[in-house]
Amino acid sequence: MEISFDKVGFWYQPGTPFAFQALKDVSLTIPSGQFTAVIGHTGSGKSTLIQHLNALLKPTTGRVLIGDRTIDAKTSNKHLKPLRKTVGIVFQFPENQLFEETVLKDIAFGPQNFGVTSQAATEMAQQAAKQVGLADELLTRSPFELSGGQMRRVAIAGVLALRPDVLVLDEPTAGLDPRGRRDVMTLVTKLQREQQMTIVLITHQMDDVARYAQNVVVMAKGAVVKQGTPQTVFSDANWLADHQLALPSAAEFAAQLSQHGFHFDPLPLTEEALVAQLAPQLPLKGGQHNE
Amino acid sequence: MNNFMFGRYIPGNSWVHRLDPRAKLLLCFIYIGVVFFANNFWTYLLLTVVLLGSIILAAVPARIFIRGLRPLFWLLLFTVVIQIFFGAGGHVYWQWGVFSITHDGLVSAGLILMRFVLIILISTLLTFTTQPLAIADGIESLLNPLRKVHFPVATLALMLSLSLRFVPTLMDEATKIMNAQRSRGVDFGSGGLRQQIKTIVPILIPLFVNAFQRAVDISIAMEARGYRDGENRTKYRQLKWRSADTISLVGFVIMAGLVIALRQLT
Ligand SMILES: Nc1ncnc2c1ncn2[C@@H]1O[C@H](COP(=O)(O)OP(=O)(O)OP(=O)(O)O)[C@@H](O)[C@H]1O
Ligand SMILES: [Mg+2]
Repeated sequence: MEISFDKVGFWYQPGTPFAFQALKDVSLTIPSGQFTAVIGHTGSGKSTLIQHLNALLKPTTGRVLIGDRTIDAKTSNKHLKPLRKTVGIVFQFPENQLFEETVLKDIAFGPQNFGVTSQAATEMAQQAAKQVGLADELLTRSPFELSGGQMRRVAIAGVLALRPDVLVLDEPTAGLDPRGRRDVMTLVTKLQREQQMTIVLITHQMDDVARYAQNVVVMAKGAVVKQGTPQTVFSDANWLADHQLALPSAAEFAAQLSQHGFHFDPLPLTEEALVAQLAPQLPLKGGQHNE
Repeated sequence: MNNFMFGRYIPGNSWVHRLDPRAKLLLCFIYIGVVFFANNFWTYLLLTVVLLGSIILAAVPARIFIRGLRPLFWLLLFTVVIQIFFGAGGHVYWQWGVFSITHDGLVSAGLILMRFVLIILISTLLTFTTQPLAIADGIESLLNPLRKVHFPVATLALMLSLSLRFVPTLMDEATKIMNAQRSRGVDFGSGGLRQQIKTIVPILIPLFVNAFQRAVDISIAMEARGYRDGENRTKYRQLKWRSADTISLVGFVIMAGLVIALRQLT
């Protein structure tokens, strides 16, 4: 399902002395079935942006088109529930939303709210738990007895169990160990490739953006300042630095190598691309290692 | 939740903002006490004039005060309606069973409404112009004499400032949790009463769990930095009583005297 923003402006606490414009004239399209990454300095409005994707926030000006629904300032708060089922959002530090007695019940909470029978909800929950790699013996434990990383998986499963068409994740890997990070990213790409789920990912990990994303949206001070493929977004290192962003580590490495006589075109963004371009340039012949 | 203005601090540097929090607390107590002495047009007029004067000196836009009153609208309406229907005495305009609208009922409803609004507005003025932590400091300092009778003033003040400090944090957290549960299909504010009560559980449990976790973290952090609850703690924020504080205090005492004098007019 395609989602697009049409000149969206958003104010927090309008009409008070605390009024703050968190989004300014944002227009963008999130293509259906693709992997879109949203990056930007902290406070640039990323979390505000994604809360518009299922009408948790409504634009103060402009409008958001979600599939065939239009959301603007005047949209009523009623009948938004179907949207919440099609667009699933995993919030920043989602472990804060757990409340049920057992992990399984917590994951099944979402489907039950959408009128699924409790048996069907339990099945959906079990399947979601398997997808995120939660061991069966954890399902009967209290969610509050789990480690932070396990809680994170439970929370992600709680949204996956809704079987949304669009999955939005706000820094899902923050605070996870390398293994946990890789697991989450593998899961997300699998959902996108195998189930054609539309993925929107907020992240500060440029390596993940380079490796998995098809589109990148760069936010700064509430506005979209760049939009395109990772290749276009990462083409200008100085521009990135100006926006408190960095190159992916492979590209950074390649950039440093280019100052020592190596040549890259285009700039490699992933390790594989780097290796592929670097290997032919190395003055090594078969078996002749420098001794 | 974010549009809730009641009880919030609005940064500023007006004459009222700069007053000592102890003075503002005393002024507020005097004013509220005096409101209960007011009984006729002239006393209310005087109180209203003093309130409006203070609001002007605070340089906070009037519409924000009105927003501050809004959440209390139903409470006000309820009190007034009760007074109108159940207040008895004087000329009877309308009667139906135990309900009646009488002259005295209308008058007392008007007076109660007036008192309510005055008290709410003066307290709102206090919170609009004084940082929560300054209020806590002020209360601590005003309670200081109680140390003589071994009342735990410092502990009370710490509890007060910690809780005031975390009100906005908890509100933010509640908003976040509500949004997360909304995304999982919870419909706040729809369905019957039973349904509504059920939707509170998924907010309250995470909110409590986080609050307790945070309390543990804060106490550990405080102990790690050597906090001890004791008699001889010094203060980072010093309270300074200036002549403006004395002047306003004298002004309010004069107002109190005038109100008591004007009472006799009826
Ligand atoms: N409830 C709120 N009331 C007022 N201002 C807010 C509120 N929530 C966020 N803001 C402000 O809006 C701006 C954007 O916030 P947002 O949470 O969208 O940033 P972000 O890009 O997600 O940052 P991060 O990377 O740190 O998560 C920030 O400047 C923030 O201070
Ligand atoms: Mg954020």
